[in-house]
Amino acid sequence: MTVLDQPVRTGAALSIRGLRRSFGSAVALDGLDLDVAPGELLALLGPSGCGKTTALRVLGGFEKPDEGQVLLDGEDIVPVAAERRDTAMVFQSYSLFPHLTAADNVAFGLRMRKVRTAERRARAAELLELVGLAGHGDRFPHQLSGGQQQRVALARALALRPRLLLLDEPLSALDARVRLTLREEIRRLQLELGITTVFVTHDQEEALSMADRVAVMNGGRLEQCASPTELYERPATDFVAEFIGTMNRIPGRADGDGTVDVLGVRLPVEGPAGSGPVTALVRPEALEIEAADGGTGRIVATAFHGPTTRVRVALADGTDVKADVPTHAAAALTPGTAVTVRPRQRPVVLAAAGGAR
Amino acid sequence: MARLGRPLVLLLAGIYFLVPLLASTVFTVNIPGQGVTLSSYTRIFTAPGFTGSLLLSLGLAAATVALVLLITVPAAVAARLSAPRLRPVLEVVCTLPLVVPPVALTAGLGTVLRWGPEKLSTTPLYQTFVAVQNPDFPLVLVLAYAVMALPFVYRALDAGLRSVDVRTLVEAARDCGASWPRALVSAVLPNLRGTLLNASFLTLALVLGEFTVASLLGFRPFAVWMVQASGSDARLSVAVSLLSLLLTWVLLLALTTVGNRRRTPRSSRTFEVPAASQGKTSR
Repeated sequence: MTVLDQPVRTGAALSIRGLRRSFGSAVALDGLDLDVAPGELLALLGPSGCGKTTALRVLGGFEKPDEGQVLLDGEDIVPVAAERRDTAMVFQSYSLFPHLTAADNVAFGLRMRKVRTAERRARAAELLELVGLAGHGDRFPHQLSGGQQQRVALARALALRPRLLLLDEPLSALDARVRLTLREEIRRLQLELGITTVFVTHDQEEALSMADRVAVMNGGRLEQCASPTELYERPATDFVAEFIGTMNRIPGRADGDGTVDVLGVRLPVEGPAGSGPVTALVRPEALEIEAADGGTGRIVATAFHGPTTRVRVALADGTDVKADVPTHAAAALTPGTAVTVRPRQRPVVLAAAGGAR
Repeated sequence: MARLGRPLVLLLAGIYFLVPLLASTVFTVNIPGQGVTLSSYTRIFTAPGFTGSLLLSLGLAAATVALVLLITVPAAVAARLSAPRLRPVLEVVCTLPLVVPPVALTAGLGTVLRWGPEKLSTTPLYQTFVAVQNPDFPLVLVLAYAVMALPFVYRALDAGLRSVDVRTLVEAARDCGASWPRALVSAVLPNLRGTLLNASFLTLALVLGEFTVASLLGFRPFAVWMVQASGSDARLSVAVSLLSLLLTWVLLLALTTVGNRRRTPRSSRTFEVPAASQGKTSR
């Protein structure tokens, strides 16, 4: 009998309604609405100070919102104290109890619920095995590496079979390689247990690679909540376009027939097109570069990124664009070379009117 | 020079500390006309008032430790968690007793204690005033000592709290279903063990050696007894002070040992334990 065999209470639906919270004059949450489907992993992504951590702390019960509701399976949990909520949090780092062994850390919640010692031990051992730390139960936190500590923290969070798992940048204090493995492991466990999860991160790569959906926040508001591909390909706002990946802003002219002229190429427009001068949003991989005498652009710099090389080009009209070129084709593209830049034939997104973010 | 400097300083410091101790020891064991004898020490335990005053002092010390920790720990933790702006205020308040001489404190206390019975003789508070001055266990001394211990206890506590992420520990504990008080007891206090022991020890040492307040208020704990005994029997009183010094050392040693044990695992049968000082192990 393992933890997984037992009926795990999973798949709670989470609804956040009109959440507001300010600290003095600083507004951390400015009317946040979000829905998380049962068993979904949602990443809250945004620059520091965008309110994502405050949102998570409201979900965990460590922060009271000034206004708004948090519905877990339809029940508003805002009035419920943190210790009585069916939520579990994995903190950024150093949250293990230093005076307890890994097993005792995992069993801490069970001890608070007055579960019998033998049962506690058995369950702690199962959970440690679940996170790949079988046999480490006797170790104290300071005898574990950062990655191991976060695994223990994850096991501790899962011990009480929460209906909602909250992860507060759990990987940010770890080094790059551990971060990658643990990322996959968290996702595997989350899928296996089918537990609804909200994951806060400022690392877009982390968010895009792990989450079912990513909610991009800015200034206490939701900018866009969509699947990683959708976010990348069809950013709903200028902020999202700038924040996710790299985006070129190239002046163009909309023709009023749903197409736009960008760098001399006619492209179909994604979404409302209008007419007149516009700013087209083009990803670096959607630009083609060719060395050409008399080309309108001049290479400013190149940066090697493994399979691709990023080339920065200054266009004649003063626009600075970045393009990703297959590295094998980039040998001839040295700084100073005259080039032509053309967008590939694919639908293009226009920046909101006014252009600036 | 640098190579000579350290032994020289150690030597001078050693002389400074050891000479009085040796002189005292010689004084107590070498009685003119009788040669070397331990009679000064054996007489201690039968000297009138010794046991009573020592027990009184230990009792006062225990009560003071309990009281001062009960006041400062929740205050310091609360200030750290929810009112960081109050921390400087707390610090100043707790340091204040350091600049008030015990004589002044006693003068103030004495005034209040005299004033109380005069003005309150018709109220139930009168009984309280009598009770706190019960010579068998003068609670008023506990109150005074708690105030006098504040600077030391608060300093120790503040330093200890700085080394622990109290907020995260409390939140993690609450997240695991612990109520506020339980989070404090189960998650924070165990990690402050060394700090609490340290603070307790400082308080203990202070109370055991305190003379001014007790003497002026007319009570007779250990330090006062010692001085009174020295009037009639100088050798006895020096022997007692040496013994009390020894007692303090033993207590200090015991507390240090207990404090150092805190980071070692309970059982190390199943795997090799890396040295505690090694910190994080590699993956």
